[in-house]
Amino acid sequence: MFTRIYLHIPFCRSKCPYCAFVSSQTQTVPADYTELLLAEMRLAAALPAQHTPLESIYFGGGTPSLLEPSSVATILAQAKDLFGLAANAEITLEANPGTVDAMRLAAFRKAGINRLSLGVQSLDDRLLKTLGRIHTARQALDAFSAARTAGFDNIGIDLIHALPGQSERMWQADLEQALRIAPEHLSVYGLSVEEGTPYADRYADNEELLPDQDLAAEMFELADEVLTTHGYEHYEIANYALPGRRSRHNSGYWHRDGYLGLGRGAHTFLRDTPYGTRCSNTPDPDEYRNEICNGALPWRDISILSSEDAMTEYMFLGLRMADGIGFNAFEQEFGVPLDQVYGETTRGFAQAGLLEITNHRVRLTRRGMLLSNQVFSKFLP
Amino acid sequence: MDISRLRNFSIIAHIDHGKSTLADRLLEYTGTLSEREKQDQFLDKMDLERERGITIKAQTVRLNYRADDGNDYVLNLIDTPGHVDFTYEVSRSLSACEGGLLVVDASQGVEAQTLANVYLALDNNLEVFPVLNKIDLPAAEPERVMHEIEDIIGIDAHDAVFASAKEGIGIHEILEEIISKIPAPKGDMSAPLKALLFDSWYDQYQGVIILVRLFDGTLKKGDKIQLVRTGRTYEALKVGVFAPVMVEVPQLTAGEVGFIIAGIKDVADAKVGDTVTHFHRPCASPLAGFKEVKPMVFSGLYPIDTVQYEQLRDALAKLKLNDSSFSFEPETSVALGFGFRCGFLGLLHMEIIQERLEREFGLDLITTAPTVVYKVHRVTGEIQTIESANQLPELQNVEYLEEPFILAHIHVPNEFVGGVLALCEDKRGVQREIKYLTPTRVMIIYELPLNEIVLDFYDRLKSITKGYASLDYEHLDYRRSELVRMNIMINGEVVDALSLIIHRDKAYFRGRDLVSKMKELIPRQMFEVAIQAAIGNKVIARETVKAMRKDVLAKCYGGDITRKRKLLEKQKEGKKRMKNVGNVELPQEAFLAILKVE
Repeated sequence: MFTRIYLHIPFCRSKCPYCAFVSSQTQTVPADYTELLLAEMRLAAALPAQHTPLESIYFGGGTPSLLEPSSVATILAQAKDLFGLAANAEITLEANPGTVDAMRLAAFRKAGINRLSLGVQSLDDRLLKTLGRIHTARQALDAFSAARTAGFDNIGIDLIHALPGQSERMWQADLEQALRIAPEHLSVYGLSVEEGTPYADRYADNEELLPDQDLAAEMFELADEVLTTHGYEHYEIANYALPGRRSRHNSGYWHRDGYLGLGRGAHTFLRDTPYGTRCSNTPDPDEYRNEICNGALPWRDISILSSEDAMTEYMFLGLRMADGIGFNAFEQEFGVPLDQVYGETTRGFAQAGLLEITNHRVRLTRRGMLLSNQVFSKFLP
Repeated sequence: MDISRLRNFSIIAHIDHGKSTLADRLLEYTGTLSEREKQDQFLDKMDLERERGITIKAQTVRLNYRADDGNDYVLNLIDTPGHVDFTYEVSRSLSACEGGLLVVDASQGVEAQTLANVYLALDNNLEVFPVLNKIDLPAAEPERVMHEIEDIIGIDAHDAVFASAKEGIGIHEILEEIISKIPAPKGDMSAPLKALLFDSWYDQYQGVIILVRLFDGTLKKGDKIQLVRTGRTYEALKVGVFAPVMVEVPQLTAGEVGFIIAGIKDVADAKVGDTVTHFHRPCASPLAGFKEVKPMVFSGLYPIDTVQYEQLRDALAKLKLNDSSFSFEPETSVALGFGFRCGFLGLLHMEIIQERLEREFGLDLITTAPTVVYKVHRVTGEIQTIESANQLPELQNVEYLEEPFILAHIHVPNEFVGGVLALCEDKRGVQREIKYLTPTRVMIIYELPLNEIVLDFYDRLKSITKGYASLDYEHLDYRRSELVRMNIMINGEVVDALSLIIHRDKAYFRGRDLVSKMKELIPRQMFEVAIQAAIGNKVIARETVKAMRKDVLAKCYGGDITRKRKLLEKQKEGKKRMKNVGNVELPQEAFLAILKVE
């Protein structure tokens, strides 16, 4: 069972040197890719998996804003046809500020997109250049106001910190500029150098060029302070939102809702086995095309989770949310009290000041968020 | 066997000068090694030996050769281990020979290790003739190296064989030289049996196999033999030679080299240097030069995961089967739990054993810093030997301490003399002699405390001399010394496995360097970690590893939860390689930090 759809659009005008995600370099999305997405969606609809009207649809990438608005409209129409769409469904499009203008934005809005996630990354041109982005700060701000004009009342922006050459003051300036445009949502994350990227070649042996962990930690804390004083809720380790504007689709990942991933390299999580099943589509363009043309879903690495797997996930996903994990919810899901499984671990972390345990819930403290990997890895079997 | 048609020889060479390759070519040329058996460096059996290009256990092989004079000869190539830790084994192997090939790299010249072994050979009255190897290399300077051999070693090199073992050049000439230059062994095959045991190892199917060189007498299968030093008697169940695989022969006679399998259970009963004779008709006196080999360097070996303790014990026992020079005893550490205190001949021996334990037996180990054997003179007049800082008694019970000294021969190009002298002085050395072997080559002879050698002497020597120095040493004596115990405390708790015995004058600097090295090696933890060095109650150095501030994953794209989980798993795996001491996670390297200080 799934209530959400993720569509992966693995195409970019140029590949950013820090990014490890599946994407190829093109000017526009090839026409047949939309056809493949539609065909794949129809194959998925024929699965015995149950579905209820969709709560959210998310176009991610890559650069989904390279899609033609008409393609988006077709996809959404078919999704509604096949699965139904909840009345207040959240339909997000990730947009690169360098690929949109007022007209396209209006067309996306008209096609049914009601939430925009703008890949701003930084509002400092020097840092944007380091990141290899195709847009400037000016373009990002323009894109934002164009989106407002186009009627988007729910816009999120992404910001990255702990960038090479970035000082705490530069980060503060980014945050302040971001506040001025008042997005409903901010994704704020520290740069991580991923294996296999040009950044890994550049920085793996030159770590001194990157902000050290103390500075990175201070940047994280600065974002928390600045944004929460301006009315944003720090609702997830890397996400802030004005009240009522949390990303429902992304929250679904942390709550282990079922979702169908469509497109090359997309990930799927189905809730039809007792503890769920994860799989991912092949990232290979030819394999992806051939299998769909042959009427098969291009799934790889299918993993039917055990209760132990699921408990581990439940902990390290649930604790990402500021609300943490409710003891009742855990026991309802697994039929055993959380304390019985992880009591020793959670109490240990509570003592160390990384977790906070109340009568009903356990959640990360702010320091715990910064050290969340240390906490999460203790929930692995 | 006609004794005049026998030749027993060994190859004397520095590591990397091509000894194993040359041995292979000799085997091939004489047809001893068929194409099918051919495998590079046949004589170095263990993977580790092949990788490091050094011989750990001596091997021996019989070659049949029809010489240019038309006669058939039997040549016994007796391989020698190539490292300072095994000098005694080398000397016993050499004493089984009448001659030696001195193999010198024609581009590099004579090295200290070669020199030490040549002197051992000359001490054993071997006929030594030089072979210039790697003559095909563009950098080869045969003239210079020939002069060097004459100047440094004092043997005639004007008719040295030019060879390239790699290219198969000069192999025939070498074989002819062996026939003409090396004397045939002497001996009386009807005299009472007198044979030198020059190597032994354990074979899981046949028990202990011993290699012998007969000096007098005849040995047949079924003979009742006695090992003179241990006094034990055995029946010679099998008698044979390596050609290169084991072949039984009806008998071995004076001058020959071969193996005996005699149902010996423990390799410790087959001591290298012992004399083998007949029980019923023993020789008048045993062969001279026997020495009991004792471990000189000790360190603690602990499994990172305590469940591997039994496996470690079994693995040590297995290695011990083949190596009586290595010892182990259970030891308990407050910090590391149950482990073993192990004794080695030297640092290389220690590294080899550790590497085999990790590689062949799949163990994850913590090794504590190597230490030497100290003598404690108690106020009561008793003398106690200790192999670990933790065995040092309370100071009020100690009158004084003694530490072992060695005599080091360091061979360097003259431009490095200043640096090496400074190093030796820094290591509390006492200068004996500086010899200019040639205008550019210098032999520096120093008396040094072994305790300084086992720490970082060799690494520093190499870095000071850009790798051009070579070192050889022998044990001298014990000397009274101002030694103290230095403790390392992690968050206020003494970590016994890190304690060391150190010279009082060195303690302050060592302590300071050690804690700062440990600060680099210990990753940031979820709390601050204080590292202190102390002598008695006095803290002499302190460093702090700051608490970890940030360890968080970037945002999740498109619901790829599997990737997140894998990253967490990787992190957890990394922690398994750490040892928990109290609540601090210490990496393996932290326990050897003392070896890494500048």
